[in-house]
Amino acid sequence: MTAAAADIHASLAGATRIYPGVAGTPAVHALGPVDLALTRGEFFAVVGPSGCGKSTLLEVLAGLQRPTAGTVTFEDRKIAGQVPEGIGVVFQEDASFPWLTVWDNTAFGLRRSGVAAAEIRRRVDDALAFMGLKDFARAYPAQLSGGMRQRVCISRTLVLQPRLILLDEPFGALDAQTRLLMGDEVLRLWRATGATVLLITHALDEAAMLSDRIGTMSARPGRFLEIIETGWPRERDSTIVSEPAFGEITGRLWHNLRGESLKSLGYSKLAAE
Amino acid sequence: MTRVGWIRLIVIAAAVAALEAACRLGLIDHHVVIPPSEMAQALVRLLISGQDDGQIARTFGIVIVAIAISVAGGFALGVVIHALPRVRRALDPFFATYYAVPIFIFYPVLIVLFGLSVMPIVLMGVATAIVAMVIATLNGLDRVPRVLGKVARVHRMGAMATALRLKLPAAAPYLFTGVKLAVSYAFIGVIASEFILAPAGLGRVISDAYTDFNNPRMYALMLLLVIVATAVNMILHVFDQRWAQRRGIGKP
Amino acid sequence: MIAAKRAADTLLLLIVMVLAWQALHQAVGATALPAPIPTFAYLAKFLPSARFGESAWATLVSFFYALLLSYAIGLAIGVWMGFHRLSGAVGEPILISLYTLPKVTLYPVVLLIFGLSVAGRVTFGAMHGVLPVALLTMNAIRNIPPVYLKSSQALHLSKWQVIATVLLPATLPEVVAGLRIGFTLTLLGVLLAEMFAAKHGLGSLIINAMQLLQGEEMVSVALVLFAFAALANALLLFIEHRLHRRV
Repeated sequence: MTAAAADIHASLAGATRIYPGVAGTPAVHALGPVDLALTRGEFFAVVGPSGCGKSTLLEVLAGLQRPTAGTVTFEDRKIAGQVPEGIGVVFQEDASFPWLTVWDNTAFGLRRSGVAAAEIRRRVDDALAFMGLKDFARAYPAQLSGGMRQRVCISRTLVLQPRLILLDEPFGALDAQTRLLMGDEVLRLWRATGATVLLITHALDEAAMLSDRIGTMSARPGRFLEIIETGWPRERDSTIVSEPAFGEITGRLWHNLRGESLKSLGYSKLAAE
Repeated sequence: MTRVGWIRLIVIAAAVAALEAACRLGLIDHHVVIPPSEMAQALVRLLISGQDDGQIARTFGIVIVAIAISVAGGFALGVVIHALPRVRRALDPFFATYYAVPIFIFYPVLIVLFGLSVMPIVLMGVATAIVAMVIATLNGLDRVPRVLGKVARVHRMGAMATALRLKLPAAAPYLFTGVKLAVSYAFIGVIASEFILAPAGLGRVISDAYTDFNNPRMYALMLLLVIVATAVNMILHVFDQRWAQRRGIGKP
Repeated sequence: MIAAKRAADTLLLLIVMVLAWQALHQAVGATALPAPIPTFAYLAKFLPSARFGESAWATLVSFFYALLLSYAIGLAIGVWMGFHRLSGAVGEPILISLYTLPKVTLYPVVLLIFGLSVAGRVTFGAMHGVLPVALLTMNAIRNIPPVYLKSSQALHLSKWQVIATVLLPATLPEVVAGLRIGFTLTLLGVLLAEMFAAKHGLGSLIINAMQLLQGEEMVSVALVLFAFAALANALLLFIEHRLHRRV
């Protein structure tokens, strides 16, 4: 880690997020304090039980939320209240715009950033080809499956050539097989763009399969319990599920998280066992 | 046309035919309702003679202006109120009871403010239609998925850009419902006002025809209103269906 | 706590509206719009009078019968079209067209058939209210999630049990919404009829006061009507919200 430590792409230092109480409800301490240093070009996954603050962590890192305490940096600059240029986010909910075709959806961000029309066309066509959506360029999202709509959202992020890609449980609404295939897509994307990727997921196998490092989070308020290095080669895909190391990593994740999951479900007594 | 469409056409045709038969056979008094065929004849004659062209133009012109003001104004108000949740909550009971108030009581106020021009009638139409547009706008903005707001911030869009390029298109189907309602309420507001209060316009002419026992003229104009109102609604409906289908929204 | 805050906000809104009324009065003069205080004074005197009582009773009677008709016919049509898919598909656009038609254009026909009688006013009122009740009831039944019916079958419920314990509670919130809109529109229809015929009921009081330039009477009657409609709406809305929260 020492040589790579010189090239920290984004980081959180003591980041904490407390949601203020509204009209009589108590405040919610959702996150932290959390420390995280993302090396440029790495694939980092965050796993944890529901409600542990994973999404909050992502939104704080993206600049969508201000931390109540602590700092957030991206490319050596502090983030404060605005999403910096160079960060792309893919959300869990379907964020494709139903009133635009797939092509226009993908071009959306580019059109607003003053890029030349010819360049827009090139980048959109490339992104759609890369995501396997070329034949659906003229279709509307309502005509596509959930997985394809997520690919549209990813294309829309891709064309802006982000250097840091944040994925908030993007495959949560998809079935298990589609998820595995989408995992391969994400790896392909990661290698082709050379971007740093942070993936939030509740699926242990997904985290174990895709990432260089995995951070396990405790139940609320979310803090990192352990950061595990997988040591996978860069050229990997979903077939590594058959490697013995995969089972070990998944087992270690579950060992970390079982107690936390029980806690988040309310079985506080059982967790002590 | 679909099977359901054919059945509907047959049902309507059968109803009209039944009315025609009942009138011709004397089951319905000629002084009360004239046969539909005579209504149609009277309408054709009236349109050819151009006798009421001025009134027709005046009324439809007023309705169009009222619609324009209601849609634009209603949308703007809806956007503002949506951004102020506390104001919205305070206004909720007001919206719920708005249509119970006979807004005709404001007619004298409008006469004083605008004289005996067309403005009072236009504003009666606006008063009837604008609230429907406001409610539909609020509804539509409610249904904009929260994730779109986050996408806007990831793309670093300002408030104006977010409203025009994301919220407006996202809410569009529901806004269109508001437009449809505004159209029919404007019709209702204008015609009802002309009926009871105005010195001129189609409503007034129909009312006069009634008091003069001039059934053919009265029915001719009523038929005209029914045809225009239905045609406008059908056109709006077709557009609504088409756009909704593209969006994958199930509109019947 | 929250309810008290909302009530305070609504009260604030009412105060703002009364102030706007005062301002408007000063802009247009007493004949067009009387000031709030003289109006309230007049209202206090007028309300217990025999003339008001007679008119209010006439309106109430017409309204009651019209509402009964609206609800009965509306619910019947709505239930039939909700369950019988074909009738629903065929009839819905027809109902919607009738709903958006300015029914005041059909008023002369009602007058010709019924003359200036109570039956005419009741019919006209019912014509306004029946459509929203029918449309919303039909929609409520159509929108019953199919999984409810499947579950009832799996639980071996009898037909009447299904209707009473599953279908009724499932459709109730939307049906009540229809009843609420039907209430408001029926009242409006009865008032419109009275305003045109100008002989009986509160609607005629308004029109006559308007023509005789008696602004205070006109606004007083309007206030009474508004208060009545507002209370009824609030009650039905309250019921509707309670039903929605159970769903």
